[in-house]
Amino acid sequence: MLTADEISAVIVGKLLSNPKVPRDISGSSRIVEDLAFDSLAVMNFVMEIEDELDISIPLDRLADIRTIDDLATTIVALRTDS
Amino acid sequence: MTLLSKFDDVHNRLNSLTGAGGRNPFDVVIESINSSTTGIIEGRETLLFGTNNYLGLSQLPAAIEAAREAANSFGVGTTGSRIANGTQSLHRQLERRIADHFGQRDCMVFSTGYQANLGMISTLAGKDDFLFLDGDSHASIYDAAKLGTAQVIRFRHNDPENLHRRLSRIQGEPGGRLVVVEGIYSMTGNVAPIKEFADVARECNAMLLVDEAHSFGVLGETGRGAAEAAGVLDQVDFIVGTFSKSFGTVGGYCVSNHPQLDYVRLQCRPYMFTASLPPEVIAATMATLQEIIDRPELRTQLMDNAARFHAGLNRIGLSTGPQVSPVIAAVLDEVPQAVALWNRLLDLGVYVNLSLPPATPDDRPLLRCSVMASHTAEQIDRAVDIFAEAARDCGLSLTPKD
Repeated sequence: MLTADEISAVIVGKLLSNPKVPRDISGSSRIVEDLAFDSLAVMNFVMEIEDELDISIPLDRLADIRTIDDLATTIVALRTDS
Repeated sequence: MTLLSKFDDVHNRLNSLTGAGGRNPFDVVIESINSSTTGIIEGRETLLFGTNNYLGLSQLPAAIEAAREAANSFGVGTTGSRIANGTQSLHRQLERRIADHFGQRDCMVFSTGYQANLGMISTLAGKDDFLFLDGDSHASIYDAAKLGTAQVIRFRHNDPENLHRRLSRIQGEPGGRLVVVEGIYSMTGNVAPIKEFADVARECNAMLLVDEAHSFGVLGETGRGAAEAAGVLDQVDFIVGTFSKSFGTVGGYCVSNHPQLDYVRLQCRPYMFTASLPPEVIAATMATLQEIIDRPELRTQLMDNAARFHAGLNRIGLSTGPQVSPVIAAVLDEVPQAVALWNRLLDLGVYVNLSLPPATPDDRPLLRCSVMASHTAEQIDRAVDIFAEAARDCGLSLTPKD
C-alpha cells in the first residue's frame, strides 16, 4: 500500500499535468489558496485523483482538507478503514 | 476579517462584469410580458429566449382563469404547512392527478422544485447510507447532500460506467445507496442515459431518483421525461420535478410507487417546515397539466423549434452541445467575451441567460438559451440573425458552417 508521501507525490504529478497549475507546488501547497481552485475545480480535481487511485473520497471529508498532504493522509485513512 | 468582508470578493467580481459599462446580468428586469415569447426590457420589445417556459404555458388563458376562480373560492394563501393547516382539497387533487399521469402510487407536492430535491434526497439518504451524485448536478442536489447525513460520492457526468465503478468500491459495506441523476441538465441541455443508469442501479442494489425538472413536458412519448423516453419509467424509484418549467407556474413534486412516501411526508423538513403552495398556483398547475396531456403537439412543436435554433446557432459558427434539447447553450472561451456578447444581444432585443463558472461545467462561460413551443419560426430565425450580428459587433471570429 502506498504511503501518504507517495500518494502526495502522485497528486503533485497529476496536478502538474495541468498547465494552469503553478510549477512550484509541493505537498504543503494549499489547494484553494495556492492553486486558485474554486469549489467546482476542487471537486473535479479530487475526482481525477479518485480514479487514479481507485478510491472514493466522500464530499464531507473534503471540508477538513486544506493541503495536498492533508488529502494524501485522508486517502491513507480511507484505505485503512475499508 | 469581519462578518461582511466576505462580500468584498462578490463586489469585485460583479464590478468586473459591469466595469466596461455592461449591465448587471443578475438584475435584468422584464418590465412587462406581451406573450410567452416577447416582453419589454429597458423599454424595448425583446425576444425571450431564456425563460424555461418551454411549452409557453405561463400565459395559458385556462390557467389564468383557474387561478382566478381558486383565489375567489379559497383565498390567496394557505398560511400553513402541508402537515398542519396548509393542505386543502386542491393540493390532494393535484397530487392525485400527477401520480395518475405518471402511473405511480402517490405524489408529494412541494412549494418549489428546489425544495423537492432538497427534501427528497436529504430525507431518503440518511446516516450510514451512500448518496451518489452526477458531477454536474444542480445546486438543489448539492444542497440536499449538505443538508443530509449520508456519505456523498460524485461520479463523472453522464457516465454510468464510472458510477458502476464507484458503487463497486463500496460493495459489501452496510447502508442503502441512492443514485441521483437529472433527465436534462439545466446548463448544457445534455440528456442523461437513464436506461444505462437504471441498469447499473439495479445491478448494484441501489435506488434511483431522476430529477425531470427540465425534461418533463419535453421528452418521452407522453412528455413524462427522460425515463419515459428511455423506456424505464418502471425502473425509477423516485421521480422529482418542478412546476416552474413546462408547467409554467411554481412548485415541485415527487412521485413514487414506494408506499413509504407517506412517511417521507413526516420526516422531510423542507416539506414540513414551510408554507404550502397557494390555491391559485395549485389550480393553475392543474390547468396546465391538463393542457400538457391534451395537446401532445406542443412537445413536437417544441422539439422542432429546438432543432431549428440548435441548427441555426451551429450554422453561424457558435459551439453548442451535440444534443438537441430545449436548453441550448452557446459555449464561449472567455468570460469577458461572453459578457460582451450577452450585453449586445440584449441591446439588439434578444434575452438569454449568461451563465458563468463555477455554475457551469468545464470552467467555460455559457450563453444559455431556452426554446419554447410557442416561438414562431420567424422569431427563431430572427434570434439566430441577431446572434450573428452581435457576435460580429463583439469582434468574435466565427466560422459559418454554410
